[in-house]
Amino acid sequence: MTFSTMVGELAHAFINTFLIFLLTLIGSLPLGLVVYFGKKSRFKPLKWLTEVYISIMRGTPLILQIMVIYYAPPLLFHVTLPGNWRFSAVVVAFVINYAAYYAEIYRGGIESIPVGQYEAAQVLGYRKTQTFVKIILPQMVKRTLPAVTNEVITLVKDTSLASAIGTIEMFTKAKQIAVSPRSPGMLTFLVAGIFYYIFNVIVAFGMKKLEKALDYYQ
Amino acid sequence: MHILDIRNVRKSFGDNEVLKDISLTVDRGEVVSVIGPSGSGKSTFLRCATLLETMDSGTLRYMGETVASMQGDRIVYTKDLKKIRSYFGLVFQNFNLFPHFSVMKNVTDAPISVQKRDPKEVRETARELLDKMGLGDKADAYPCELSGGQKQRVSIVRALAMKPEILFFDEPTSALDPELTGEVLKVIRQLADASMTMVIVTHEMAFAHAISDFVVFMDGGVIVEQGTPQELFEGTKQERTRQFLQNYQR
Ligand SMILES: Nc1ncnc2c1ncn2[C@@H]1O[C@H](COP(=O)(O)OP(=O)(O)O)[C@@H](O)[C@H]1O
Ligand SMILES: [Mg+2]
Repeated sequence: MTFSTMVGELAHAFINTFLIFLLTLIGSLPLGLVVYFGKKSRFKPLKWLTEVYISIMRGTPLILQIMVIYYAPPLLFHVTLPGNWRFSAVVVAFVINYAAYYAEIYRGGIESIPVGQYEAAQVLGYRKTQTFVKIILPQMVKRTLPAVTNEVITLVKDTSLASAIGTIEMFTKAKQIAVSPRSPGMLTFLVAGIFYYIFNVIVAFGMKKLEKALDYYQ
Repeated sequence: MHILDIRNVRKSFGDNEVLKDISLTVDRGEVVSVIGPSGSGKSTFLRCATLLETMDSGTLRYMGETVASMQGDRIVYTKDLKKIRSYFGLVFQNFNLFPHFSVMKNVTDAPISVQKRDPKEVRETARELLDKMGLGDKADAYPCELSGGQKQRVSIVRALAMKPEILFFDEPTSALDPELTGEVLKVIRQLADASMTMVIVTHEMAFAHAISDFVVFMDGGVIVEQGTPQELFEGTKQERTRQFLQNYQR
């Protein structure tokens, strides 16, 4: 296998890496807010359930969570899962894992907003949902953006954990190529590393832009 | 009909009885100043009147409409607080402007999205008010770009844009540098001249003396004395009032 074929195959597998990344963000960023509300719920069983969920998600290895979500349903329910279950399981695992982290980040951001903001809104007659959507949420986004950026960058690297169950993405591909006969060997991992690095530089740049865009107020 | 009629307010935080049977009525066009040492319950009283706190017992009426009343020994608040909230505005000590809204949006958002008034009319009203308060060139600025005095004037405009019947102020100049209090007091004086009904908690005694129809002196959760500025500031018969006022004479 030539060097350029190897790079081409990695680039092709990177599409899946990017998909896992994108779908995880699309799923976990809003789900984090739902989890936050669950944790804040006055309905005690829901509150407890959410707390246990967050604690498990943060207290066990993500690689294990991926394996559980992939292997458990067929074992427990004797169902045959569709062929793309491997990929779906990875995305599901990432989404529910990252949602737990985002929920905690959101909580920190929301609780740091001065109570005077709620009081001003209440006196002006805003309803609770209006207050949250118009007054609290935008300020929360600004306050949590640096922490969210950290998570997003970690996520880029975490996508490689999908290889634990053999999902086809860039890292799985790199492993396959490296051990195949007459391949560029270890060089493959170096190239994969460069892919991750460049992607993260772009992600970090995008997030910086976003922070800048919210710099118009303090 | 009184604009505000609040009677027999009691309020405790745990074992700490903060308001012990406070009553106050305010009629249209009246300016009432509330003075008293820190910790005497002035803010708690305003917060009860503006529904930021619930009273333990007492009655509250705006424009003759009952907001809270006693049924037996239980206090009952009406369900329709939205209409009641439109009767009053509150200016906070530390402004509580919305930092992510421009000055214009701070002023116009609630009239448009809460009161559902015509956006064009609201914006015109806002412009007029901002001009009147010397903020005509600040409509597009964000709160972080303003001085404390300007922020407080914006928050007064924000309250006024709701067209309240009565406006409450909780130490509107206490968070300001001394050289900035003048511009805020001037604006409040302007409102008094325009017959705005106001209740002002303040430590600015000369100001309270000059603009109030009524002064209320609170201490330890009770109203020790109330009367005209002359009665309180010049001829008080109460030892506690005299002592308190002495601290403000330099
Ligand atoms: N949310 C609260 N929880 C507990 N105690 C409070 C609360 N708000 C005020 N207090 C207490 O009530 C008393 C009166 O406070 P406040 O109304 O702020 O007085 P003032 O405005 O006259 O300085 C103080 O002893 C204060 O500690
Ligand atoms: Mg106070």
